[in-house]
Parts: sequence; structure tokens; C-alpha cells
Amino acid sequence: MSLLTAAPVETIVAPSVDFVAIMPVLILLGAAVISVVVEAAAGRKARYPLQVGLSAVAILGAGAWTVVAGSKSHFAVTLAGAISVDQATYVMWGILLALALVSVLLMADRVSEPGGAFVAQAAARIGSARDRTAALTATPMQTEVFPLTLFAISGMMVFPAASDMITLFIALEVLSLPLYLMCGLARRRRLISQEAAVKYFLLGAFASAILLYGIALLYGYAGSLRFADIAAVSQAGGRNDLLLLIGMALLVVGLLFKGSVGPFHSWTPDVYQGAPTPVTAFMASCTKVAAFAAMLRIFMVAFEPTSWSWRGVMWAVAIASMLIGAIIGITQTDLKRVLAYSSVAHAGFLLLGVISLSEKGVSSTLFYLLTYGFATIGAFALLTLVRSGEGEAPHLSAWAGMAKKSPVLAGIMTLFLLSFAGIPLTSGFIGKLTIFTAATESGMAPLVVVAMVATAITAFFYLRVVVLMYFAAPVPVTGGVDDSETVAVALPGAFTMIVIAVCAAVTLLLGLLPSAVIDLLTVHFPLLS
Amino acid sequence: MTPTYYLVLSALLFGLGAVGVLVRRNAIVVFMCIELMLNAVNLSFVTFSRMNGNLDGVVMAFFVMVVAAAEVVVGLAIIMSIFRSRRSASIDDANLLKY
Repeated sequence: MSLLTAAPVETIVAPSVDFVAIMPVLILLGAAVISVVVEAAAGRKARYPLQVGLSAVAILGAGAWTVVAGSKSHFAVTLAGAISVDQATYVMWGILLALALVSVLLMADRVSEPGGAFVAQAAARIGSARDRTAALTATPMQTEVFPLTLFAISGMMVFPAASDMITLFIALEVLSLPLYLMCGLARRRRLISQEAAVKYFLLGAFASAILLYGIALLYGYAGSLRFADIAAVSQAGGRNDLLLLIGMALLVVGLLFKGSVGPFHSWTPDVYQGAPTPVTAFMASCTKVAAFAAMLRIFMVAFEPTSWSWRGVMWAVAIASMLIGAIIGITQTDLKRVLAYSSVAHAGFLLLGVISLSEKGVSSTLFYLLTYGFATIGAFALLTLVRSGEGEAPHLSAWAGMAKKSPVLAGIMTLFLLSFAGIPLTSGFIGKLTIFTAATESGMAPLVVVAMVATAITAFFYLRVVVLMYFAAPVPVTGGVDDSETVAVALPGAFTMIVIAVCAAVTLLLGLLPSAVIDLLTVHFPLLS
Repeated sequence: MTPTYYLVLSALLFGLGAVGVLVRRNAIVVFMCIELMLNAVNLSFVTFSRMNGNLDGVVMAFFVMVVAAAEVVVGLAIIMSIFRSRRSASIDDANLLKY
């Protein structure tokens, strides 16, 4: 008796689609497809303005739609329960699109690195004649990065809105696959860029296979792929709990990997260092938003009834993440790696908000993601400006005495670093304050104490950079023969200038006048599913 | 024959794939082990679909196949590009990024 003969023949009813609710995703996906066509059809010169314009317009359009539909409270669970668009979704989308717009502008800059941060021809073998000519003549960058970015942003939009496991998995892959490629497109130091792409790809694919096995076991447990059904079945109980527990563990490991949390962070420093800096900024801000927003929904909707079984483990993961990020970060000498370990530590803080499982926890996590995202993009944007003969100079020694070379750059960098450290009057302080308050109210006071200690440790390595910039003498030119080691501050192009100004303004404003934004980002339960 | 056997087989295949990812050195072989893991999961999905008596798992298996194909495209492109510059597909040779 096979399944097909046993099951009664059902007529398949086409699911209803609420186009108004999912329009922001459709705008971005549509723009991504058009962008591929532009890449193929438009002339070499015309591509760059077309691609930048298209990406910016698509993100702005999706953002405007999100704001309007969100303010009208147009909520829906659509596509046969695959996507839920509720108030939390709109907030997540808004944050994601704001950060994505800034990242895309940073990618589009072709001034501080002549020709752009991306390689002129990714297919040209490193060291071949074609590759060297492109490097010498500063051939303009490939614009393939824009369609890839648009696809990645679409995946990131669907990821936190997903309400069943199929959509979750597809969205995860749609956001990951373009990112793997984008990591390998750096113009300078192409070998380490390609190495970062290989590492990210192999580890990422490994993690998604683990996540997928988790999904399979949860499906075996609940008999359904929808979050709400999994919650209902686990609440009723009476089934094989082993499947539930192992499935949950594997699924969460996959998600924690994407969010570069705690013991699953091993790819983060290498990939952040090797990838082109604008892509690193994009990954550090937008991927984190997507991963944590998706975690919020899964924990709140699917795993809330079984929180007794996983909360203890998540405590351990959060502690591990905070301490690993803080302690290993101290030993780093490359600013990109410092920021990578800082992102691991921040992932631990964010996890506090996620496992609070309260309205306040969700709201504070989203606010923290906003503050952290803008500060990170700003810091990476500044990093693209400090250059030596062989491109960016991310080594900490290059930043010694920066306040004398460029007081403005040193000042703004200090602002971002203070925000990471959570010093009052910056957005980072408000972010930490809200998240720690939410965690304490959910009975996680011991965890908050650990978080405080981790904050103090991370403050050490942020302030070390500040001290280096203000109180250390610039390192003299070593060797004295060639001047490739001379560190200079490049004049930013218009796009980078806008990015830095916006990030600095947001970091200051959210630190001084946070209440309006916090009100806007406050999520009201219940989440639809 | 009970469906449980298929689940055990799937778990074994998944474990083999995972071990392969961790111990093999050649990027292509590592990648093949990841594909083995995905296909092991597919076996689980189909088996659970039969046990649960609905078609969700079968649908998911199709999606996994599509995603695996897309992953091959991206993965082989990345591995090819690093192979062309290094003349080696060993993941132990890619060691510029550390500390």
C-alpha cells in the first residue's frame, strides 16, 4: 500500500496571496531580476549608474511601502501560511532596508579605492596579465555585485517573515548563496578574499545541512512544517521528545552559525577580514538583523511552549559568545578582526534579548540591531579610508596617531567605538540598557551580570584603539626604501561621505533622543503565524 | 519493513557526510560530503512524510534538491577560482587568514 494510493485524491486549491503585504519583497526580487538583465544587456559604461540607481530606488521603494503598509497596520498571514507579515515583520523589514541602503551606498563608492572595492574581472586568474593590467589601470569594478546584493536582501527580508520551515530554508539559502560569492570579489588581496569565500561557503553549506536535518527531525516529530503546528504539537505532548530536542538543537545551531554567535563563530573573523570591506559591513549589519529576527520569530512562535528545555543551553551559548568575543578580541591586531570578535560578543548580548521571550525582549533586540548595524557600517566605512600602498591598512599600527593625521576621522571612529562599548550618550548605551532591562525582567539577572563583565572587557579593546589614535605617535615609515607602507587617509567619495555622516548622525541621535525610535520599534504581541 | 530502518540509514549517511566534512582535505570532496548530508536529510524527509501520512516532507525534499543544485553552481565557481590561483584544491593550503 503506497502513500499515493492510500491518500485520497485532493483537489489542490491555489493559496491566496496578499500582494500588498509582501510587496516589499516582490519589489526587491523584481529589481534583482531586472538588475541581472541590465548586467547582460547594458553597455559597460552605462551599467554602473543603472545598477546603483536601480538598487537604491528598489530599496527606497520597498522601504516606503513598508512604512506605509506598516502604519496602516496591514497584517496578514499569506501564501498558505508560508509568510506572516505582522507588526514585528514590518519593524524588522524597516531596520533591514535602512541598513541595506547604507551598505549599498558604501559598495557603490569608486573614489577611495580607485575603480571600486570590487575586482574588475573576478574570472581573471590572480597574477595573470589581464589581472595585472586591471589593477594598474584601476579598471572600474564589476557591477555584478549589485544584483547579488539585491538577491541577498530579498532573502534577508523573507527570512524573518517565514512561518514554515520550507520558506525558512529557502530564504536562508537565497540570502547565503550571493554572500558566498560577494566575499570573493575583493579588488586588493584577492587570494585572501577567495580564501574567505571558500571558508564561508564550505562552513555555511555545512551549517545549512545541519539546520536541514534539524528541520527533518522536527517534521518527523510534529508531522507539519509550520511553526504554529510545531508549537501546538509540542504543547500537547505525548510524542517522541527525542526527535523534538535533537531537531531543535540542530536547527538552532544552523541559525546561530548565521548570526555568528558564540561557539559557532569560527568563520566570522576570517571571512570579515578577507571579504571586501563594504561586503563585510553588509554582512555584519544586515545578515545579523536577518538571523536574529528569524531567531526571534522561531523562538517566540515555534519553541515558546518548550522553553524549559532549551533556555539553560541558550544561557550557556550566550555566555560563551560574550566571553569568546570579548577575550579573544583583546589579542587581535587587525582592526577588521577586532570588529569581527566584537560582533561575536554583540551576538551574545543580542541573544539575551532573544531568549527573554517577552515583548520587551523582542523590541530591545530589534533596537539593538539597529544601533549596532549603523555603528558597524560606519566603522567599516572609515576603515576603507585608511590606506597604504597595497590598499586598506587594517592593522592596528596603521591607526597609531590617527588623531594627528585626520582629527575628523579619529573623532568619528571614536564615536563608533564608544557606541560599541556602550558609553552613555551614544546609541550603544541605550541599546545595551534596553536589552539588559528586558533580560533582568525575564529573570535572567545572573546572565546580565556576565554581560556586564563582558562589556567591560570589550570596552578595553575598543578604548585601546582610541588611545592608539590619540596618544600614540604615528609609526615611522619602516625600511625607508619604498613608501608602500606609508599610511595615508584617502579623501572619501560622495557615497562614503554620506554613509559616514548618516551612521554618525544615527549613532548620536539614538544616544541622545532614543525614545521616539524606541516607541516606533516597539513590537506588540501576539506574532501572527 | 518498518520505516525506522530508513531513518537509521539516513542518520548513518548524515553522520558519514559530517565526518567526511571534518576529516577530508580536498575542497571538492568536502563539498561532496555536504551533498551526501543533504541527500541523507532528503531520505529522512521522505520517510517521515510516509510515517506522518502527508506530503509536506516530499515537497521539502524537492526544494532541497533545487537548493543543492544551486549550491553546486556557487560552490564549484568558488572552488574553481581558488584552484586556478593556487593550483590546489586542498583546504589546508588556504591558510593566509588566521589569528
